[in-house]
Amino acid sequence: MRRFILPLVIFLVVAGFLFKGLNLDPREVPSPLVGKPAPQFSLPRLDNPETVFTPKEMLGKVWLFNVWASWCGACRDEHPLLVELAKTGFVPVYGMDYKDTREDAQQWLDQRGNPYVATAMDIDGQVGIDYGVYGVPETYVIDKKGTIAYKQIGPITEEVLRDKLIPLIKRLKAQ
Amino acid sequence: MIPEIGHFALILALLVSLVLGTLPIIGAASGNAVWMGLARPAARAQFLLIAVAFVCLAYAFAAMDYSVMYVAANSNSKLPIQFRIAAVWGGHEGSLLLWAMILSIWTVAVSLFSKHLPDDMRARILGVMGLVSVGFLLFMLMVSNPFERLIPAALDGRDLNPLLQDPGMIFHPPMLYMGYVGFSVAFAFSIAALLGGQLDAAWARWSRPWTTLAWVFLTLGIMAGSNWAYYELGWGGWWFWDAVENASFMPWLVGTALIHSLAVTEKRGSFKAWTVLLAICAFSLSLLGTFLVRSGVLTSVHAFATDPRRGLFILAFLVVVIGGSLALFAWRAPTIGRGGKFSVISRESFLLANNVLLAVAAISVLLGTLYPLFLDALGFGKISVGPPYFDSVFAPLMAPALFLMGIGPIARWKNASLPELAKRLRWAFGVSIATAIILPLLLGNLTPMIGLGLFLAVWVFATTANLVYQRLRGSDQALITRIKSTPRSWWGMVAAHLGIAVFTVGVTIVKGYESEIAVRMAPGDVAHLAGFDFTFVGVDEIQGPNYSASRGQLRVTKNGVERTVLTSEKRLYTVTNMPMTEAGISPAVIHDLYASLGEPLTDGAWSVRIYHKPMVEWIWFGCLMMGFGGILALSDRRYRIKKRSKDEALANEAVA
Repeated sequence: MRRFILPLVIFLVVAGFLFKGLNLDPREVPSPLVGKPAPQFSLPRLDNPETVFTPKEMLGKVWLFNVWASWCGACRDEHPLLVELAKTGFVPVYGMDYKDTREDAQQWLDQRGNPYVATAMDIDGQVGIDYGVYGVPETYVIDKKGTIAYKQIGPITEEVLRDKLIPLIKRLKAQ
Repeated sequence: MIPEIGHFALILALLVSLVLGTLPIIGAASGNAVWMGLARPAARAQFLLIAVAFVCLAYAFAAMDYSVMYVAANSNSKLPIQFRIAAVWGGHEGSLLLWAMILSIWTVAVSLFSKHLPDDMRARILGVMGLVSVGFLLFMLMVSNPFERLIPAALDGRDLNPLLQDPGMIFHPPMLYMGYVGFSVAFAFSIAALLGGQLDAAWARWSRPWTTLAWVFLTLGIMAGSNWAYYELGWGGWWFWDAVENASFMPWLVGTALIHSLAVTEKRGSFKAWTVLLAICAFSLSLLGTFLVRSGVLTSVHAFATDPRRGLFILAFLVVVIGGSLALFAWRAPTIGRGGKFSVISRESFLLANNVLLAVAAISVLLGTLYPLFLDALGFGKISVGPPYFDSVFAPLMAPALFLMGIGPIARWKNASLPELAKRLRWAFGVSIATAIILPLLLGNLTPMIGLGLFLAVWVFATTANLVYQRLRGSDQALITRIKSTPRSWWGMVAAHLGIAVFTVGVTIVKGYESEIAVRMAPGDVAHLAGFDFTFVGVDEIQGPNYSASRGQLRVTKNGVERTVLTSEKRLYTVTNMPMTEAGISPAVIHDLYASLGEPLTDGAWSVRIYHKPMVEWIWFGCLMMGFGGILALSDRRYRIKKRSKDEALANEAVA
């Protein structure tokens, strides 16, 4: 009686998909910006509002672009990792302070250490829109040609740094 | 020391469940009465051991033992005691322990109330439940041990997720799990019947009360969850088609189908294979829900911390339990007889149609829930399936189901006459159509969906009223005698069906007529919504046990007469640093007024959201009526008579 086997067959197909699903991360959202040139901007720097930071300065280098804010809890979690990374000098880390105030941001960095070569101030969040920021922290790996090679949504963890960012940056540096 | 006792009790419970899951089943196959006799003591020992483990974990929470990793991760010294206890099931490991605990409660309940069952049947049922328990205890001991130590101990705990710090946390998960796990009884009955080859009316009669009880728990559990989401999430929604909500809803749909199909199997001997399949599916979907929440394959607000090893373990367990039982079904079902014949127009046909609609609804919910996973696994990219899919699929399936619900109980078994049915229900039909058109016109907004929803709700009301009228009219007995002589299970059906109607009214009206505004309010400002004036009194700062909060008050007046004061809080839980909104709600039969405090703006002003939710409470009241209907059915005489006749039998035995 073939029809009585049908439920079993359907279940096994579903189970196969569930098995495949275990190795997929539903939170890993691909960014349409990956593979595209990093949007240009020119924003005042945190340490010196008179000068501006623009991604053009970084052409020819592989760098990390970290979007953070003093009001963001998850940024606090990833911050020590960024400080460590910056100390090694492996890759320059630039920050963008998103929808924040100068005083809060400066105080935050004074307390926790400053991993950033420079921090751009995106006070009204305009540049954030160009980059498709939908939650801080977010981190972009930008290659020598100024193309976004990778986007990390949410805090960088040790695993992400070890398994994804460092190998990727090594490869990009070698290009 | 106490946590080690709990851990040890779990290990012993695993050993006992291994005995329970093997020897009685083998004994039933080989006719070994001693081995079959092990089932009952083993079920009790297992319950006691798991209860010891559960109490140990609860004690660790109450005593704030932060050397236990799970306790440190899910509570805090400032957390009030009732939430510290509820935090036992606030995370992955502890909620599994609750699962195992509830399974052992059901198992022990079956062992207590199964004296009338043949020995081999009882041994098989308890054995199957023991096997399920083996899986869960193994899972806990291998990859999810709640008693794992944290060395050195934490100074204080990381606190329970603030979303869960709510009275809803105390009732919702245990109720829901009682429902989920309760379907394991119907499942075990079916597997036992397949193994023993005794699929008859008696099997259906034994399964029915257990299935109904599990269904009552599941109904009330889902209701509690929906109500909790409504007041806790701060924007007045009551159902989100979230993956995990769906995971609880699918067993409900299949369980509802099962209750009806069991009735046919008991009364008419038909649908046997279908009933068995439904019983397997209801429990399988419960297990699947457990998998979805804990494996991280889907995104959901309910998801626990994920660990691929855990996901793999549960998946393997699912394949063994579900795959094994469906294989058994494929092997044994062809030998099941067909049962009584019935014509196209008969109560059997209507029930079958309703069953199919409910099953298709469950499948479409399953499809919508897993669709993002399917596409992702096949490499078609990421999508999310939201309420638009579910709403547009669900309404067309439920509309005919509700329509048939009005006819089914009136139609005769075996062979009914369509003209006779039409004649009997023509008034109900007319009243429903008229209400569906006139009422929305009076309320000032007639859309097809409102019309359809009201038509179906009134249709169920009117046909049920007709049913009751026909049952009680005529004959020369006094009305009260006739009411009393009608079985309670019949009244249970009436109550549950009316509950569906009440629920439908709530959903239709709130979807059709709710309104909301988002405004900037400084103290003294007045906002207007649905004829009410909301005056913003202002915000003061208060301090809770483990949070600080801004509490905003809105005075509600209508035509200058004060109606109520809505108090909404914006809390910041200090340990987790998470903000939470406590909505201010004034619930009533006709409408809820609902306010939630948004963000502080400049000059002491706040953003405030105000909602007017007409008849939203009917949604949960309808669920309560369904649950009440189930309880009425359970209190039916026939279940008590059986007990009495058994007592008599025992007495006779004693005399002899």
